[in-house]
Parts: sequence; C-alpha cells; structure tokens
Amino acid sequence: MTDEDTRGAVLSVLTRIAPEVDPDDISDDALLRDQVDLDSMDWLNFLRGIHRQLHVDIPESDYASLRTLADVVGYVEKNGSRAG
Amino acid sequence: MIEFRMPALGSDMDEGTLNEWLIKPGDTITRGQIVAVVETTKAAVEVECWQEGTVGDLLVPVGDTVQVGTPLATLLEPGERADTPTGRRPHKRTEPAAGAAAQPAAAPTKPPGAPPAAPGHRRWVSPAARRLAGSLKVDLDAVAGTGPQGAVTISDVEHAAAAKPAAAPAAKPTAAKGTAAERAAERAAQMRQAIAAAMSRSKREIPHYYLAEEIVLETAMSWLTTRNAQRSIDERILPAVLLLKAVGVAAQRFPEFNGFWRDDGFQPGTGVHVGVGISLRGGGLVAPAIHDVPDKKVAELMDDLTDLVARARAGSLRSSEMSDPTITVTNLGDQGVDTVFGVIYPPQVALVGFGRPARRVRVIDEGIRIVPTVHATLAADHRASDGHRGALFLTAINELLGQPDLLEK
Repeated sequence: MTDEDTRGAVLSVLTRIAPEVDPDDISDDALLRDQVDLDSMDWLNFLRGIHRQLHVDIPESDYASLRTLADVVGYVEKNGSRAG
Repeated sequence: MIEFRMPALGSDMDEGTLNEWLIKPGDTITRGQIVAVVETTKAAVEVECWQEGTVGDLLVPVGDTVQVGTPLATLLEPGERADTPTGRRPHKRTEPAAGAAAQPAAAPTKPPGAPPAAPGHRRWVSPAARRLAGSLKVDLDAVAGTGPQGAVTISDVEHAAAAKPAAAPAAKPTAAKGTAAERAAERAAQMRQAIAAAMSRSKREIPHYYLAEEIVLETAMSWLTTRNAQRSIDERILPAVLLLKAVGVAAQRFPEFNGFWRDDGFQPGTGVHVGVGISLRGGGLVAPAIHDVPDKKVAELMDDLTDLVARARAGSLRSSEMSDPTITVTNLGDQGVDTVFGVIYPPQVALVGFGRPARRVRVIDEGIRIVPTVHATLAADHRASDGHRGALFLTAINELLGQPDLLEK
C-alpha cells in the first residue's frame, strides 16, 4: 500500500463518521479534531474504523500521538506493515 | 379493544408524520415491538407498542401528520373477539380505507406489490434523506447506505438520483444540491423551533438553581486506563460512561432528582433512565434515554451509548427513548469548555452537566498536585428539591467516581 492509498483509506473512514466533510478540505498537518468536529465518541469510532478497515491495532496509550491526518497515515504505515 | 395511541416523544415533540407501518391488520404483536416509524424534526422515531394483542385496524394512513395521543390503530386483546382464529395466522384482508390512502404523493414511492421490508432489519434513513428521496423520486430500497451503521444519508440519495438517468454522468448532483441544502435548512429551522419551544417552556416554568463541584478524576482515570489497556479497541470504554453510571446510581439514591414535575406535583420516575445530550452533525441536539442505567455494567452502558449515538446521528430513535428520560446528562467532552450550566428538559427536574476533563492544579493532602478533574454542575428544579439535597446529590456523584470498582457492576 502506498502512502496515497493509506491516506485515501483513512479519509474514507473519516467521512463515514463525518459525512458532511469534503476530503479535499482536510489538510495533512492541521489538528484533525480542529478541522472536523469530532467528539470523543466520534474519535473512538474513527479509530475503531481504522482498526477494522486497515487492520492496525491502536493501544489507548497511542491515542495522544495521533493528532493530524499525517500522524494517522504515518501510524498506519508503520504499524500496519509490521503486522502484515 | 385497545386503542393504540401516538406515544409522547419528549416535550419538544408534539406531532409526527407517519412514515411507515410495520404491522398490518391480523398481525399478533408483542410487548415492545416496533410497529411504525414516525418522522419528527429530530429523528425518524421507531414507535414501540407496549401492549399485546392482535392488530384490528390501522387508523392513520402513511403520510398523515398526527398529534401525540391520536389513536393510531386498534388492537384486540389476547382472547378478545375471535376475528382471527388463533391470532397466529395473519388474516388476509383487503383493508379498504387505509390501503387506498397509504400512497399519498409525498410518501417515498415504493413499487406496488413490493414485499414489505422485514421489520427487525429495517434500514436507517435520515429524515432529510427520506424527504429528498420523496422529492427526487428515488427508490430508497435501492439506495446503498454509507452513513453510520449503513444509514442512508442525503448524499447517498443524491448519488442515487444522479445515477438514475444512466446517460447523465457527474454533473447532476449540483442541481440536486440546492434542493438538498434547502431541505436541510428547513429541517434545521424546524428543529430549532422545537428546541426553542422546549427551552422557553423550561425557563418560563422551572425555577432553576445551580450548583457546581470540581471532581478529581485521578482514581477513575487510572482505573479506566488500566482497564482499557487490557482490552481491544472494541471493548474499551469512554470516561463518559463512568460519568453516566455515577449519575444514574446517585439519582437512584436521591429520587427527588429523578422524575417529572407534572400537575403541580413531583412524580418520581419508575427506574432511572438517563437522557444523554447528543449533538447532531448539522446542528441541533437530542437527548434520548439509556434505560435502567444503575442496573447495567459499564461495558453494557458503553455498548448502549455507542448504539444510541450512532442511531441519533443516523436519525433513527425509538419512541421510549424519546419519552422516558427521568434525568438528563450533558457532557461537553474533551473538545468542550470547562463548565456547562444546563437547562432542564421539561417535565424533568434535573440536569447534570460535565465540562471538559483536563489536568488542573489542586490542593490534595496539603500538597499542590496536577490531577485530571472535571467540573460537574447540577441544574435542578427548586419546586422539586432544595439546594442542600442538591449538594448531597452532587457530592454522591463525586464519591461514586472515586470508587470505579463499584461503578463497573
């Protein structure tokens, strides 16, 4: 999977949680939860979606390091390949 | 014979439009069965029937808007009038009046003779999507839902509408978008009005008093972290669930905060059903109930909350969830601000608010420490309780949050 594929997959999980979001409007390096109105339930559902769709296990202690889209994509790249 | 009436849907909902009947004359229905779907400005509400019997007649055709309390159907009590011999085999009947009226122009058009959707597996369709589908003549049964839990959203309907004339490619949605935006705006305006009515009534009628307490969450959060570390992401629980449980247990101990003010008197709730304020994408909020909170384990409450939020956002709630809350919790969560002072949802008599949990400086055991805390507030109806009891109630919530092991059960 290339970075672009992963980014697309992450965004598709995100737009399922927040259907009003236009993926083109999401910037990679701004805080995701500032760009998209996600409460703690949305955020958990987002991470659950990543876990389910991309087969990446995300311990709760890593939540804090996932702040931007780039963080999430990087995390999936790193931990997804390790698992696969 | 029983008249099954349109149930209450909460104090800001006094009418609804019948979207769909899930029963027909001759059907046997059981307690709690979902018998119809009624559209309100806040959600498509699945109407449950709490009586048992055999369906006699459906009195309201699909598409009609009816007030709370209007008879919707007649039911024959078990054993009453042997119209259907055992009550088991649905009687084939042509059902003249309701059948003829059941296809008004506004209703989403279903091909005549299409098999009725199997009740237990009805798909969620947001009210706005349903309206748009009606106006664009899109067959909802053929639309694939991409919203939460497969719910059909406005954009699904738009895509389906755009795909319909197979020759026309991507250019169409722009045309549909104007109408969709207008409809969304209209729905938002209606919801605003409903909220305005309920909140005005609250502030007009309820003499609120407010209390606040900063609760140290150190024990609760470290308990939660340890618990969640041992579990997969699907089994982890949010701090919000501990807060809900603490309020539920405390409300059981302080019954004057759990119930309704009606006809110049306090009516204690039967059971503690905690309404959860859920903000909707696109604006507005709903506060449907999680039933019997003190009796549920936190894992169960987490599942209930996840399900409730998903359904509220997808625009599909049940009538008992709308009408049953005995107390409400509003939780700003970690994107919120420090403190919230809520407005009581009439005819309830109390609302507990939680601000954003954060690390704050506190004096603990003669030392200064930085610990996670949350500001809890109580807005309560002074007709039903006094500040002294309110303070004890809030203190009880504080103490319960210091004993997460007790809350788990």
